[in-house]
Amino acid sequence: MSKLKFGIVVFPGSNCDHDTYHVLKDVCGQDTFYLWHKDHDLKNADCVILPGGFSYGDYLRSGAIAKFSPLMQELQEFAHKGKLVLGICNGFQVLLELGLLPGAMLRNKNLKFLCEHVHLKIENIQTPFSNRGKRNQVLRIPIAHFDGNYYASQSVIDEIKANDQIVFRYSDENGRITENANVNGSMENIAGLINKHNNVLGMMPHPERASESLLGSDDGRIIFESIIHHFANIR
Amino acid sequence: MIAKKILEEHSLTEKEYERIVELIGKDPNITELGIFSLMWSEHCSYKSSKIHLQKLPVTGKNVIQGPGENAGIIDIGDGLAAVFKIESHNHPSFIEPYQGAATGVGGILRDIFTMGARPIALMDALRFGPVTVPKNKSITEGVISGIAGYGNCMGVPTVGGDIYFNKSYTLNPLVNAFCLGICEKDKIFYAKAEGEGNPVLYVGSKTGRDGIHGATMASAEFGENLEEKRPNVQVGDPFKEKLLLEACLEVMAKNLIIGIQDMGAAGLTCSTTEMASNSNSGIEIDLDLIPQREEGMTPYEIMLSESQERMLLVAKKETVKEVQEIYAKWDLDAVIVGRVTSDQRLKVKFGGETVVDIPVQAVVDMCPVYRRESKVPAYFGTNTQLDPIPAPEDYDGTLEKLLSSPTLADKQWIFRQYDHMIQINTVLLPGADASVLRIKNKKSGLAMTLDGNSLYTYLDPKTGGKIAVAEACRNLACVGAHPVGVTNCLNFGNPEKPEIMWQFQEAIEGIAEACRVFNIPVTGGNVSFYNDTEGISIYPTPVLGIVGLVRDVNKSIGPGFKQEGDPIFLLGMNKDELGGSEYLKFIHDLENGRAPQIDLEEEKQLHQVCLDAIEKGLLRSAHDISEGGLAACIAECVFFSENRMGCTLRLQDPMRSDSLLFSESQSRIIVTAEQGNKDVLIQIARQRNVPIQEIGRTGGKSITIYHNRDKIVDLSVEKAYTIWKQAIPDHFQIQ
Repeated sequence: MSKLKFGIVVFPGSNCDHDTYHVLKDVCGQDTFYLWHKDHDLKNADCVILPGGFSYGDYLRSGAIAKFSPLMQELQEFAHKGKLVLGICNGFQVLLELGLLPGAMLRNKNLKFLCEHVHLKIENIQTPFSNRGKRNQVLRIPIAHFDGNYYASQSVIDEIKANDQIVFRYSDENGRITENANVNGSMENIAGLINKHNNVLGMMPHPERASESLLGSDDGRIIFESIIHHFANIR
Repeated sequence: MIAKKILEEHSLTEKEYERIVELIGKDPNITELGIFSLMWSEHCSYKSSKIHLQKLPVTGKNVIQGPGENAGIIDIGDGLAAVFKIESHNHPSFIEPYQGAATGVGGILRDIFTMGARPIALMDALRFGPVTVPKNKSITEGVISGIAGYGNCMGVPTVGGDIYFNKSYTLNPLVNAFCLGICEKDKIFYAKAEGEGNPVLYVGSKTGRDGIHGATMASAEFGENLEEKRPNVQVGDPFKEKLLLEACLEVMAKNLIIGIQDMGAAGLTCSTTEMASNSNSGIEIDLDLIPQREEGMTPYEIMLSESQERMLLVAKKETVKEVQEIYAKWDLDAVIVGRVTSDQRLKVKFGGETVVDIPVQAVVDMCPVYRRESKVPAYFGTNTQLDPIPAPEDYDGTLEKLLSSPTLADKQWIFRQYDHMIQINTVLLPGADASVLRIKNKKSGLAMTLDGNSLYTYLDPKTGGKIAVAEACRNLACVGAHPVGVTNCLNFGNPEKPEIMWQFQEAIEGIAEACRVFNIPVTGGNVSFYNDTEGISIYPTPVLGIVGLVRDVNKSIGPGFKQEGDPIFLLGMNKDELGGSEYLKFIHDLENGRAPQIDLEEEKQLHQVCLDAIEKGLLRSAHDISEGGLAACIAECVFFSENRMGCTLRLQDPMRSDSLLFSESQSRIIVTAEQGNKDVLIQIARQRNVPIQEIGRTGGKSITIYHNRDKIVDLSVEKAYTIWKQAIPDHFQIQ
C-alpha cells in the first residue's frame, strides 16, 4: 500500500519533532516531512502531527503562544474539513489552546515535572488513532511533562463522556482506573481525548517513545499503525 | 601603581599586575584591568593546576581533539565523533541554586554544540550537605529544578549522574554538568578567527549586566558577604538557547562559518581573545554594535558580562547575509560587531574611541603559572586508624537502615524530574551502572558514567583518584562498554593552602596512573578550586566522566536479576576493608579508616572478563559493588529486577559478617547467568586470573544471606524495597 504523508509541525522550541519523524519515517516507513510554523502550507499531508516540546518556552501557558503561529490558520481549516490531526504532549496543549479540543491543562498535582512509564487503558477503539487496539487493552507508554493535569468543567466532562471522546485513561498494569495510576491528577484519569467529529486527537503520553522494543516498550506504535490502517480502509 | 583595593577587587596580586604592565607596555585602564582579572582568574587560566594537569595522558589513536578546545572529541567509528566535556558551576549554585545549576547546564551544552555536535545526553554530579538541614534541602531542590528546567526545555535528556550528601558540602555544594554530542567527524567547528577582514558576528541573546565577575567569584573562597554576590550569578533562558542551538547547527550544516566560540565564563572577553589567540590573529570590535538589553552599560560591563545564550562567530564575507537570514528565521540577533585583524591585538571601541588595545597573547597565554607549595596534611596517616567497632546485633535492621541512607536510597524522585527519554535513544534507564544510548540506524551505542567518591579521596588522594577512574570503567564494563575517553572535573579547596595542593597533586597522579593502565586518554575537563567557606574546605572531589563504546546495543545488560533460579556469581575477591565505607559513616558515624585498596591490573582483567562474557551473550545481569558493599549491591540487583525477585546467598569466609557485607573493596562485580553458561564463564574468568565463585541463587520473595551457615540476613523484599524507595521522597516530604 502506498505511503501516507505525515506532516510534523515545528514551532520554535518543539523538541520531539525529530523523534516523531524518526518513528514515522524509519520505523513505520511513511512519507514524512517537517512543516515550519511560519509557513502557510501543509504540503498535502494526510495527517498533521503537533509534536511534543516546549514551544515558545512554555511562556505564558504551555501552547498559548503557538496558537498564534501563521500555520495554525491552515491547521484549523484542515481540522474543520475532517482531516486527521494528532497532538502529542505540547501538541495536545496547543490543540486545547486552539479550541480544537475542550478543556485545559494544569500543573501536575505533585508540582514537579514527571518523566516515567505509565499504563494507559484504551477506552475507545472506534477512532482513526486506536482502531488497531482491542477494547480495554493496556499500553505501556512514557509521559514527560510538567503540565499534564487535565481539567474541564463538569458539563464538559459529562459531554465528552456521553460522546465517548475519552480514548486513553491512566490505569494500572491490569487496566484498573485508580488514583495511584493517575500520577498527574487529571480529571477522570484522562490521558487522551478526541473531538466530537472523531478526527482530532490529543494525548499527553508519547507514543513515539514507545515504538521500538529496544527502548523498553513498543506499545505506542499501535497509534501510528491505526492511522495507517484508517487510510487503508478508506482507499 | 594601582590602588591595592582595586587589585583585590579584581583578584590580582601585585606581582601579577606588574607582569601585566610589563607585557602590555603601559598601565591598563579599568576595562583592560577587568579583562585581565577574568582571564587570569583561576577559573579561566588554570594557573595553579596547569603544571599538574600536564601529567594526565592525553593522546590516543582515536583522539580528534584533546584538552584546550571547547570540548574533547573522540572518533567512534562509522564516520562519527563523540564530543563531550564536564564543567563545574559550584559557586553560583550556592548563591542562587536554580539559576546556578540551570546556567551550568546551559554552558556545557554550548561547549558541545559550538563544535558542531548536536547534544544528545546530559549528566550531573551533585554534592550537597546533609538533607536534614533545611538550607541544604532548599539548595538541593533548587539545583534539581534548575537542571530539569534547562535540560528539559532544551530537549536534551538528562540520563545519569550521581548525588552524595555529606557535611563537607554544606557551605560549598558541587554541581558538575556533563554533556555529550555526536557529529560527523569531518564536520567539526573550532574557535578560529581566520582571514583578515572577515566579519565577526555576535549571535543570540542580548547582553545585560548579569554575571559580571562570575569567573572571579568562582576563583575565590566564600566569606560573610554572600548575599551581595547574587548579581554575579547568570540568569538562563533555555528557550533562547534551543533557538540558538538550531540556528547554529543550521549554519554549520551549510558550512557558512569559519569559526565559532560560545560566550561562557568571561563572555565577550574570553571569546574574542581565545578565537584570536587560536589563529594567531587579532580582533577588533565596536561595543556600540553589541545588542544590549540594559541602558547605559559601560565598556567594562559589556566586556565582562556573562549574559547567557550568546555566541561569537567568524563568517566569510560572502556568507554573512545567509548566516544572518538563518538567525533571523529563528528570531535571534546576528549582528556584525567587528572584524578579524592581523596585528594579534584585541581592540575595542566604544562611543567612537578605542577603549581597549592589548596584545591577545598577554591575555590568553601569558598568565603566570604557579607551582604552589604542597604539604602532607596532619590528618593523613592518623585517619587511617580504625578503632574496633561493635558488630551489629541485627543485620536485617542494619541493612534496612543502610538502604535508607540518602547516598544509597532510590533516586527516582530526582531523575523522574528530568526528561531522560527525549531524543528516543535511551536504552538503559537511570539507575543502571552506566547510561547507554543507541545511535539511530546503527548497531553501536555510547555509554557514559560519572564517578568520584570523595571520602576515599580525602583518606588517600592518590588511591581515591585511581578508584574514581577504575569505578567508572567498571560501570561501563557492566553494561558492555569499552572506555574510549575521559573528561574530569576536579573540585578542591583553596590551592594556596599547601595541604589542598597536596591533595590535588596526589589525586592527579592517581587519575593519571589509572588512565595509563586502562589506556584511555583525557580529552579535557575543568578544575574548580576555592571550594571553601570561612576557611573550611570540601573533601577533595575529583569527578570522572568516562565515555564508552558499545559495539552492539542489543547486547547491553542492566543490574537487575532476570530469571528465578539463576546462579549468582561474584567476580573478584571479598576483603576486610571497612575504611571509608558508607556503613561506617551511616551506622557508626565515622569517616576514617584506610581507603579500599586497588590493584589496577587486576581491575583491568576484571573488566575484560565482564566485557567478554557480555559480548558472548553469557550474562543475564551485571552490577558492580561500590558504596554499601556486597549487601547493598545485591539489594539493588533485587530492586532493579523485573518482578523484584529475591535471592539467597551462601557465603563462606572467616572475616566478621559486617566486614563481609559492607566493605567497599574494589574490583568486584555480581553477575547472573543461565545455568548452562556457568562453565564457559568460569573458564573466561580463570584465563585472566579473575577470582570467581558461585555465591547463591535468584528467586523467592526475600533477600536471604547465610554466612558460614548462619542465617544473618532474611529481609522481605517488599519491606526492603519500600524503605529504599521512600527514603528520598520522605526527606523532601513528597508523595
